[in-house]
Amino acid sequence: MLIIKNLKASIAGKCILKGISLNVKPGEIHAIMGPNGSGKSTLAAVLVGREFVEITEGTVTYLGKNLLEMAAEDRAKEGIFLGFQYPIEIPGVSMVNFMKTAVNEHRKFKGLEPLSASDFLKMMREKKELVEIDSKLANRSVNEGFSGGEKKKNEIFQMAMLEPKLAILDETDSGLDIDALRIVANGVNKIKRPDNSFIVITHYQRLLDYIVPDVVHVLYDGRIVKTAGKELALELEEKGYDWIKKEVENNIVA
Amino acid sequence: MNGISEVTERYLQLYKDNIEKISGISSKYINSFRAGAFEKFRELGIPTKKNEAYKYTNLNIFFDHDYKSYFLPVESDFVKAEKFRCDVADLDTHGIVLLNGFYPTINDKLRQLPSGVWVGSLNEAATKFADKIEKHYGKYAKSETDGLIHLNTAMASDGIFIYVPEGVILTKPIQIVDLVQADDDMFNQHRNLIIIEKSAQISLIICDHTLSPHKSLTNAVTEVFVGENAHFDIIRVQNEHNNAGKITHTFIHQEKNSTASSNNMTLHGGLIRNSTYHHLGGDGAESHSYGLFLADKFQHVDNFVNVDHAFPNCTSSQLFKGVLDDMATGAFNGRILVRPGAQGTLAYQKSNSILLTDDAKMDTKPQLEIFADDVKCSHGATVGQLDSEALFYLQSRGINKREARLMLMFGFAHEVIQNIKIEPLRDRMDNLVMQRLKGDLSRCASCVVRCT
Repeated sequence: MLIIKNLKASIAGKCILKGISLNVKPGEIHAIMGPNGSGKSTLAAVLVGREFVEITEGTVTYLGKNLLEMAAEDRAKEGIFLGFQYPIEIPGVSMVNFMKTAVNEHRKFKGLEPLSASDFLKMMREKKELVEIDSKLANRSVNEGFSGGEKKKNEIFQMAMLEPKLAILDETDSGLDIDALRIVANGVNKIKRPDNSFIVITHYQRLLDYIVPDVVHVLYDGRIVKTAGKELALELEEKGYDWIKKEVENNIVA
Repeated sequence: MNGISEVTERYLQLYKDNIEKISGISSKYINSFRAGAFEKFRELGIPTKKNEAYKYTNLNIFFDHDYKSYFLPVESDFVKAEKFRCDVADLDTHGIVLLNGFYPTINDKLRQLPSGVWVGSLNEAATKFADKIEKHYGKYAKSETDGLIHLNTAMASDGIFIYVPEGVILTKPIQIVDLVQADDDMFNQHRNLIIIEKSAQISLIICDHTLSPHKSLTNAVTEVFVGENAHFDIIRVQNEHNNAGKITHTFIHQEKNSTASSNNMTLHGGLIRNSTYHHLGGDGAESHSYGLFLADKFQHVDNFVNVDHAFPNCTSSQLFKGVLDDMATGAFNGRILVRPGAQGTLAYQKSNSILLTDDAKMDTKPQLEIFADDVKCSHGATVGQLDSEALFYLQSRGINKREARLMLMFGFAHEVIQNIKIEPLRDRMDNLVMQRLKGDLSRCASCVVRCT
């Protein structure tokens, strides 16, 4: 589904990603862990087409197409979704209008007619239940005045509405209490199908108690320095990142 | 003083040429203001950029012009005007048409609505309600600096009179469709007087429309008295063409514990200047001043707000927003005056503008003059572009850039529109603003008047 080869990228002239390769197959959940500043969010930014990141080398192929040449909105319509680490508040733009526009853009892209108002509202209702989001939130402006937890739930709600093929969750667990974390994770698990994939970016192992990854990668200093099964997350939780940092440094010396 | 400007001279001459006719159709009391106002106008003249309150607005583009007529109506004008109807769906109002500043009916110049509210021609009311006119006319529209207010007082010929008796709550809004239609370039001035007695309540919608393509200039004054505990909302919708100049001065005087709001929605116009004066003239009064304007090409929109906290424990807010495209220019001048003794004042002001091009320009000037100590005042002004983070957020959900920009601009504007309490009008404004932002709003399609 997604093949990243030797990806190098920089922000404002500073090299952040120093050669990343990753292969995500349909139905897989990949967790990307790593200490602060290792490049996790930059990787997410590259995948969704943020213009402030400059790609200096490497390729990203998504469903056989060159992802790096696609505009952000086209990536979304092709099925890529980013759950933002810091969702933006947009006063004056209602959630309903926002989601209706987005859903219909996706439908147009697939050659489908726009949803009728009643079908759309029905869909909103179903998805709200799915992710246990408060009904009232949908009547407000996008993220305006939402608590941290509400914003993250709203990201999962949008994901449920847009039914992506590849969802990237950028530290969706940060700032969540245990109940909100459970709701967010349950939402993800309900959306999970055998043919869609997830990249879950997180600091901590606790989200992975609920969303069980197939593969865990450790990103450090712009490189994937370790890849293993879900047990790697537990090991990191127990031992922290220092042993990995040491391992990396020893390797360089060696 | 020396130096009466050439442009001021034009209007002095206009006065001399027309004052006899104008006085002929007005009451003695209204006429008694004219000579004094004329002298004051001669002294102050047409405001130039040297006048602080007009620093960003060049009035000469419209004032330095040879208008062929100063409008005085004939019977056939009225017959035409009576045909106009507003087409805003579900907007149920008591409609009044004002044609070139005149109340355009031949009979029934003053009528009483079932609720007891009187609406009609100011000239007519000046004789029927002489006591009320004498109590309120010319009492609120005062200025030591703005000659245009005096020019209006000197020459205004007619306008709308509304009288809301004590305790009357009018649920249906009153709507004034203020039409300008002439066969030639025309200057006109009207004068409205609205009296809302104690514990009464009305909403007033004023729709400014210029129907004829000729150059026109309107200089209008509205005086409003909001009695104790009374409630008043005024919403002005301006959708004019590039050849139309519109100068409005609205004076809202409030008594104790009253609330009032003003909302100026400017969709289009050649030159627009709205001055709104809120006089908090009693303990515990509350006022809100809103404004939204969308300007492109070479349009210029100027909003001036003056909030006068003359009594303690009053609250005021100002929220003005503009979207400027092409070479359009805008100005916002918001003054808050807290007089000595006006303790417990809360006064807020916010002005935000979005410039869509490098050539668009916005000037904002907050002016806070505070002479009391127990006061909470805040003001903030921003002039900038659309929020690129918000734009990306929308794009990342599959919404293309053009649509995402539209949504953000609409959201920006909606923050002002949402303060309109009359739902069908609010929906209509949302709709008009969306069309206007999309660029597929022609003047005729948007006009609330069906001139068929």
